[in-house]
Amino acid sequence: MAAKGFVEISVEGCKGCGLCVHHCPVKCLSLKMDDTNSFGLHYAYLSNEETCIGCANCAVICPDAAITVYRQSKAV
Amino acid sequence: MKDGYELVYKRPATLLDARMHYCPGCFHSTMHKIIMEVVEEMGIEEDTIGVSPVGCSVFAYNYMDIDFQQAAHGRACAVATGIKRSLPDKFVFTYQGDGDLAAIGTAETIHSCNRGENFTIFFINNAIYGMTGGQMAPTTLEGQKTSTSPYGRDIKNVGHPLRMAEMVSQLPGVAYCERLVLNTPANVRKAKKSIKKAFEIQKQGLGMTFLEVVSNCPSGWKCSPVESLDFVGEDMLKYYPLGVKKDVTANSN
Amino acid sequence: MSKKEIAFMKGNEALAEAALRAGMTGYYGYPITPQSEIMEYLTRQAPEYPNVTILQAESEVASVNMLYGAGGAGGRVMTSSSSPGYSLMQEGVSYIACAEIPSVFVNVQRGGPGLGTIQPSQGDYFQAVKGGGHGDYRVIVFAPNSVQEMVDHTILAFDLADKWRNPALILTDGAIGQMMEKIELPEHYKFRSTEDMRAEKPWATNGRKDGRKKNLLTSLNIKSEDMERKNHELQAKYAKICDEEVRYESYHLDDADIIISAYGLSSRICKKVVDIGREQGMKVGLLRPITLWPFPSKKIDELAKKENVKLFMSIEMSVGQMVEDVKLVVNGRKPVHHYGKTGGIIFTAEDVLNQIKAKI
Repeated sequence: MAAKGFVEISVEGCKGCGLCVHHCPVKCLSLKMDDTNSFGLHYAYLSNEETCIGCANCAVICPDAAITVYRQSKAV
Repeated sequence: MKDGYELVYKRPATLLDARMHYCPGCFHSTMHKIIMEVVEEMGIEEDTIGVSPVGCSVFAYNYMDIDFQQAAHGRACAVATGIKRSLPDKFVFTYQGDGDLAAIGTAETIHSCNRGENFTIFFINNAIYGMTGGQMAPTTLEGQKTSTSPYGRDIKNVGHPLRMAEMVSQLPGVAYCERLVLNTPANVRKAKKSIKKAFEIQKQGLGMTFLEVVSNCPSGWKCSPVESLDFVGEDMLKYYPLGVKKDVTANSN
Repeated sequence: MSKKEIAFMKGNEALAEAALRAGMTGYYGYPITPQSEIMEYLTRQAPEYPNVTILQAESEVASVNMLYGAGGAGGRVMTSSSSPGYSLMQEGVSYIACAEIPSVFVNVQRGGPGLGTIQPSQGDYFQAVKGGGHGDYRVIVFAPNSVQEMVDHTILAFDLADKWRNPALILTDGAIGQMMEKIELPEHYKFRSTEDMRAEKPWATNGRKDGRKKNLLTSLNIKSEDMERKNHELQAKYAKICDEEVRYESYHLDDADIIISAYGLSSRICKKVVDIGREQGMKVGLLRPITLWPFPSKKIDELAKKENVKLFMSIEMSVGQMVEDVKLVVNGRKPVHHYGKTGGIIFTAEDVLNQIKAKI
């Protein structure tokens, strides 16, 4: 079954603060600990695509507006 | 975009595409973002003038796509008074930290509130001087360690942390006063509503609108952004209780 | 031709009336002797001027920053104070100079230093012409010596502040502020609408409109290269002001071998000194700087070159401040002396003449 939502996180826009990871209700986000962006920061990414519900909590709490959120359209 | 999905959140266009200089996890960035979201949603980008302070948020003008003036330390409220008196139909706001608003600029804060100036004050209270490297602020909590209170704030020596929202809510010129926090997505959404309400009250010309935001400073507090949430939620909110302190529109709603 | 309107007014009130006629849109001030009549007069006239903001601020510090905001929003703005109050404003003047916000200041000087005395003085010359606040900046400084000039200079100060996007200062003193004289008042400037002001000042922060990019007024130039570039821009502007805006009055200078320099109240006494001196056969002349910055350096240089000129004498109600600028120009070619009194004690023409005779 397709996930209810998905997010796009700007790798360069992310500062790796981890607030999105902390506040994700379904724990589908992680910090990329084996990679950094050009600022040397471990960026957040959608680590569990299946569970994202598109609630946008991550984007709302993200200080740097680095997250774009999409949600499955309701069936017409 | 993938088929079958719709956009539910994207960065507001009024927040310029520039990397903010704030440290990771700093609520200054969050506050900039949601102010610009409200400005965009209300469609008032061409009618809003911001005033930035001296402190970490001195560069607020680099990120918000609206007219801006940068004020001397503590004088944002005086500058905003001059702007609003000249342009009464525009939306005017100051964006100030605790040192700017509650130490060096206390007189300007109190008097512009007391005159009932029709602008909005965004007061970011993170209990520390961030820009200068973590010195004690007028709102630093009792016992809190900073670079100029290395053994913890001693109230016998330097006095008590100031509760600004409670203070200004006593002034007749203030129409709306609320203390907010940005530590959870729910609280961020709530803060956005309060910002919108403040601008709407400003439009009606009812008087000063004052929003105090209990904020964080992971670098100054020497903790991780996630750890800073605990200090905000447990220590800060105990001394700085959330809520509407005054709302002259409350009865008419 | 404009209609003549004759009035008999106090210096401070004439200045206030002139500001209203010059199309002032905002006045922000704080009471201090001996200039409180300015705000008192403006608040009395306020009902006639519903579009003009006249606001008593909580301090001089607030006043100057209200000026920053209101001037930055595109207005024609003024504040007034006396020596200690103008000192308080200096941080703001520096910010305004760097952000290039047109604004008019009035300092009705009293004796200092410190809280000093409320009697007239010329002790703030250094503060007025050398900056006053921090950093490399200049303020256009007018030194009226009559109630009529309080009117004329105020109008000029508004226009030059706008023309050069620079602070302009009326440096006067308690005596001229308080004295009454017959004056001629000009007609009111044409009322400027918000749209007029938007067109006149495209840099103002009055809301980005019609696709214009955001405007920013700041004095922060955090990168060294930016700060230096800004300083070069300011200095280039100041050099132009020095070329175009020097104003002075010559009184019997053509054949003079004794050159008195005096401004403001002192210059009134020194005119008498010239008259009496000439009756006694002395070839005395007066150079009166009308703008203290830009300073009439070229004229002084011209005089210093003349063979017949024996000496310069700077007469000031201070222990000697402008005399330093005269010395800088004369640069050792001729002797330069100073005579002055402080604390509100005003010298007589006879005092001055005796001092000159002692130097010959």
